[in-house]
Amino acid sequence: MELHYASAPENASIARLASRYQMFVDGKFIDGQGPDLESTNPATGKPLAAVSSASAADVDTAVAAARRAYENVWSAMPGAERGKYLFRIARGIAERARELAVLETLDNGKPIRETRDFDVPNAAQHFFYYAGWADKIQHAGFGSRPGALGVAAQVIPWNFPLLMAAWKLAPALAAGNTVVIKPAETTSLSILILAEIIADAGLPAGVVNILPGAGDIGAALVEHDGVDKVAFTGSTAVGKKIQHSLAGTHKKLTLELGGKGANIVFADAAQDQAVEGVVNGIFFNQGQVCCAGSRLLVQESIAEEFLDRLKTRAAALRVGDPLDKNTDVGAINSAAQLTKITELCAAGSNEGAGRWTSPAMLPEQGFFVAPTIFTDATASMRISREEIFGPVLAVSTFRTPDEAVAKANNTPYGLSAGVWTEKGSRAMGVAAGLKAGVVWDNTFNKFDPTAAFGGYGESGFGREGGPSGLAAYLNTDDEGVL
Amino acid sequence: MSKPAAAATTPAAKQPTPAAKQPAPAAGPHVAPQPLPVQRSKPGLPPDVAAISASNSSLKAFLHALPAVDPVGLEARVAVLGTRSIKKDSKLQLIDLAISMVDLTTLEGADTEGKVRNLCRKALLPDPDYPDTPRTAAICVYPDMVRTAATTLAGSGIRVASVATAFPAGRSSLEVKLADIALALEAGADEIDMVIDRGAFLSGNYAKVFEEITAAKKACGQTVLKVILETGELGTYDGVRRASWLALLAGADFIKTSTGKVSPAATLPVTYLMLQAVRNWHDMTGQRRSVKAAGGIRTTKDAIKYLVMVNEVAGASWLDPDYFRFGASGVVNDLIMQRRTQKEGHYSGPGYVTVD
Repeated sequence: MELHYASAPENASIARLASRYQMFVDGKFIDGQGPDLESTNPATGKPLAAVSSASAADVDTAVAAARRAYENVWSAMPGAERGKYLFRIARGIAERARELAVLETLDNGKPIRETRDFDVPNAAQHFFYYAGWADKIQHAGFGSRPGALGVAAQVIPWNFPLLMAAWKLAPALAAGNTVVIKPAETTSLSILILAEIIADAGLPAGVVNILPGAGDIGAALVEHDGVDKVAFTGSTAVGKKIQHSLAGTHKKLTLELGGKGANIVFADAAQDQAVEGVVNGIFFNQGQVCCAGSRLLVQESIAEEFLDRLKTRAAALRVGDPLDKNTDVGAINSAAQLTKITELCAAGSNEGAGRWTSPAMLPEQGFFVAPTIFTDATASMRISREEIFGPVLAVSTFRTPDEAVAKANNTPYGLSAGVWTEKGSRAMGVAAGLKAGVVWDNTFNKFDPTAAFGGYGESGFGREGGPSGLAAYLNTDDEGVL
Repeated sequence: MSKPAAAATTPAAKQPTPAAKQPAPAAGPHVAPQPLPVQRSKPGLPPDVAAISASNSSLKAFLHALPAVDPVGLEARVAVLGTRSIKKDSKLQLIDLAISMVDLTTLEGADTEGKVRNLCRKALLPDPDYPDTPRTAAICVYPDMVRTAATTLAGSGIRVASVATAFPAGRSSLEVKLADIALALEAGADEIDMVIDRGAFLSGNYAKVFEEITAAKKACGQTVLKVILETGELGTYDGVRRASWLALLAGADFIKTSTGKVSPAATLPVTYLMLQAVRNWHDMTGQRRSVKAAGGIRTTKDAIKYLVMVNEVAGASWLDPDYFRFGASGVVNDLIMQRRTQKEGHYSGPGYVTVD
């Protein structure tokens, strides 16, 4: 019997899509002086909505509003009171979860299963978690007199638009800072719904200001003299520029940049679950994850069998309409990103790696890439070295644990890694040798507000999540604390 | 089986562990594999596979070298499969399939001939208002009720399954267990549901479990043998995977999760592992074996989750009553109610569905 799953599309109207969205500055929704941005639905390639964008003058206005709010209201407010606002925002996200999930899927292209089960609930969790911290900062090991930094400038990427906003806003606000935040130019919609939630929560005007715009606005924001703290998540190239421009200023900086994470599968791993973990590591969010497990290192003695299983599993991934609840892999966020992925895949083929592409039927319109696996991807190939940020896995083999660690560390990045073995001592030993901010043992891409996340080397510095994520927004006596 | 020392010179000694490439028995996540031709006759075992069971030590070497199961990862995978959305025509199709896969079961001390006859009539005509409702695959009863069931169902095509081998605990001698099977067969059973000796399995005496299954299979001849692993007593997912392979090696036609007398009975993760085992068994030997999930399946939603898993783990060609069964009693009425809902466009009450 042939079993067909009926298509089960989520209703797009739940997103309550508007034709145009405004910036959120000083507690008000206003038009910016920049040109309108056009948000595209990556699943169709068609325009979704217009978004008013900021000019350099709007950056001045927003930073001034954030400064006023910091000095007059937010810095003087007791932590317990700040916490109440954060709890209110967290509940607001949970209440509008379905709307946010559908909107995020429309704007970003990721499957509704992920926005519904991961992005939106996690965003709410971050607010809940840091809300609880707001009144506990004084005597929790952040130094003798921890205080807020002032105005934080935050620039976030397009791969998890709402979730990254939550990661940035929640600790900054809990610590007592005010914020000016710029979403990525292709994905401004969900954070502007978050602005409505923030406004409904009655957060004092100017505590959170949201400025849609392109890279030039991001640059103007982080270089603005009125900001005390800069937090950026995005590409390593832009991160380097920001660090250059901030050198010699008083601004505190945290960067969360690219990655080329290695998933290491030993012969004694629970292989079926390792296959699932590798699939999740590289095909989650179409591989557009900075901590993606984009390199697979598999022990040579099981490589052939393991790759057979991996391909069988990857071939079963359902690629297509992101709004369909049965879809596993959705659309790439933009035409530009699609071009970049295609170009790097071509380089992989030209450099001699063995290419396997999922037989999944791709929709005729929109930005889609079939899950792709390159075998025999040697360390010198571009696909093994450069961050592809797409559903493309580079596979190589190793013989011993030492070789696995050496190969995993052979990258300028150091954000994530995975170790798959049933032997506890091996897992601990290998994890200790890996230069990565996050090492997952027998799992991958697991996130929790209580756990610190961040990188080594060119993957950036500073941590988000947990108490360390809070310390990044505090003046502490001792920088090494936590 | 009794000469482990000889193992060094038998092919078993050369039998690579499952991690090696040949004969690649490792259980894999064969999700949505290619459909296979329906195959009723069974080819013999390849010699290298047959050699695995040469001794308790070769069995142990093989079973303990099967890839481990990570419980967290397995349960996460099963949870995702449980979110597949099945609607409209696919749903109706699966409801009909599920009804046709049920072994309608009564296994109580209070069973009477009257109760068994009623249940047989339920199997023959599950929903009197909709005579097109498929019949169930079988009736499952204790050996002393087989004759009643066989008489009532004669000529209907509905099979009579009987539990045997000192069901449900299996705590008796092999002689008694074989006598139990003989009683059921003489009374006209078409299928025998035996239990494994969980005590022997847990103490590492795999050869004893193996020998009891082979003896039961010999007694059954052409009669279908279902081997109940009683996964709720095996303790770990690794144990479930080992027991599945052990039963397949010993000649089980079906591997079955549970007696229904131990909690938990069938669960999705356990059934996932068993489906993987039969799929891998097929890849390794060319033989097609079957799975029965028994106990704890009460709703249409449950049943559909199982069938999605059959489809994505074993493959679409396992969506057949010869290759997958439900051991249940209550689920049929929920399936019938949902079937009526699909046909009529609204829900109806349990009063419209016959109790048995």
